[in-house]
Amino acid sequence: MTSPDRFDARPEVLRLEGVSLWLSGREILHDVGFSLRAGELTGLIGSNGAGKTTIFRVILGLETPSSGRVLFAGHPRPHRNRLIGYVPQSIGLDPDVPLRARDLVALGIDGDRFGIPLPSRGRRRLVDDMLEAVDAQAFADTRVGKLSGGELQRSLIAHALISQPRLLLLDEPLASLDIRSEQEVVGLLARIAREQQIAVLISAHEMNPLLPVMDRVVYVASGRAASGSTEEVVREDVLSALYGHHVDVLHLQDRILVVAGKDEGHHLELEREQHALPPRGLG
Amino acid sequence: MTGVSAILNGIFEPGLFTSEPVRVAVVVGGVVSLVSAVVGVFTVIRGQSFAGHSLGDLGTTGGSGAFLVGANPLWGFVAFALVGAGAMELFEARRPRQRDMATGIVLGAGLGIAALFLYLGTTRSNTTGATITILFGSMFVIRASMIPVFVLLSLSALAVVALLYRPLLLSAVSPDIAHARGVPVRTVGILYLLALAVAVSLSCVTIGAVLSTAVLIGPAAAALRLTKRPGLAITWAALIAVAVTWLGILLAYDSYYWPPARRGWPVSFFVVALVFVVYLLADLASRRKARRQSAHAVARREDRVGLPGDSDRTGPAGLGAR
Repeated sequence: MTSPDRFDARPEVLRLEGVSLWLSGREILHDVGFSLRAGELTGLIGSNGAGKTTIFRVILGLETPSSGRVLFAGHPRPHRNRLIGYVPQSIGLDPDVPLRARDLVALGIDGDRFGIPLPSRGRRRLVDDMLEAVDAQAFADTRVGKLSGGELQRSLIAHALISQPRLLLLDEPLASLDIRSEQEVVGLLARIAREQQIAVLISAHEMNPLLPVMDRVVYVASGRAASGSTEEVVREDVLSALYGHHVDVLHLQDRILVVAGKDEGHHLELEREQHALPPRGLG
Repeated sequence: MTGVSAILNGIFEPGLFTSEPVRVAVVVGGVVSLVSAVVGVFTVIRGQSFAGHSLGDLGTTGGSGAFLVGANPLWGFVAFALVGAGAMELFEARRPRQRDMATGIVLGAGLGIAALFLYLGTTRSNTTGATITILFGSMFVIRASMIPVFVLLSLSALAVVALLYRPLLLSAVSPDIAHARGVPVRTVGILYLLALAVAVSLSCVTIGAVLSTAVLIGPAAAALRLTKRPGLAITWAALIAVAVTWLGILLAYDSYYWPPARRGWPVSFFVVALVFVVYLLADLASRRKARRQSAHAVARREDRVGLPGDSDRTGPAGLGAR
């Protein structure tokens, strides 16, 4: 995929080159390549099991590619990586665990360091600023285990952002959010990408909530990926080549339906009732 | 001074503060309980209560083995708990479900050997005293010369937990986040398990192998009901553990003339009973607080119906749902 010129002015943060991954005799990823640029919001779109989470694990260094390269601003991945903020799909915290939302955010500063952190005014201000940036002051002192889906999502985003990463990865951040929280989180992420010039990569099995804010899409199917602008990638010829059989792409007002028949099972990109989409850059 | 001691003697049995076994119990029991409670907070957070209990049971194997060969049971407890921790780690895969299975396998094997050792020990020396001491402990039979050993082992366990404080919390939130940030998650887990093994084997000697879980989990669980801040939870757990231990010693000393046998009730019983009472009180306090807070929240919500953010509460199950 070639990308339009307007993207190339922004510095490249991450590049995957021909990444393939074999796990216990199965090829999970095949020749996956794309790049992410500062200030851009990219959607990593595909159905469950297509390879989205595996791509995240490769970027995070939790899996080593069988072939291909992962480059951060042109360099191999450093061991202790604060350049990447990561928001996992779920964390399994018991409601009793003594961590408030603000403690979770503070762990983002130096949770990888040994020893006990000394409380300081600067530290506290940093955490307060971050809580404010994601509009989380109201539940800053609530136990993490008692936060709602949207509140936890925002706390985890603050946790990931406080170490000032160049790249923010979010694994299905919109899954199990109600529509209002979904729009709030999408708007927040778009704002973060532009204001802080961070490359944001969001995985989702449903692309429509991201359409208004997505600069670029990486579409994954059966371990293969195609990337570019939405117009370039979400087309019948491109997706049919990706899936290896005919795929229908339907446009309904400002929503897109991908109907990938046969092998994948009837995978519909449109899974929810239609709802009004927020204008670009909400937040 | 004499006035004060007269008052004290009126309340407590005379000789409480001059008895050497009591002094040793106060020092060793206090230090060991404190460490157990601090380590226990992380045991609860990490969901490793079963591992903690199993390490105590495994210690029994070492304790009874040490008794059989005439060595100090403490070394048997420590050695076997550490070996047990190592074995659990070797069997362990990363998934918690398999972690419990690994713990169970090691536990079963260890307890079988403990049964043999205890049987051999009892039949050879014709006494059940050792079995009781190993299973239920006694702070009053610890020799003063062992104080430095207890303190040193306690401090080492405490140092490991202090060193791993942040990585332990981060891995409890999400092992994947911790791993991605460069935390050696597995090494942190092993080191923690070793600190847990040391803490548990120490309380095996003071409280008993069977009851060690109570001082490991009880104060921590009570503390988690009382506070939502990690540092405060650790402080509360430590305070509760030391308080119940000292109160238990006092009651045990006091119970010397109690029926039925008039030779004292076991100190471990008092400590464990007090832990249970404290947990119930903490639970009661937290329920009351929660009720008060929800009443406040309802009042607040009625003031600002329809403001954004409220919809979160009624949305589908959060991402935290397992």
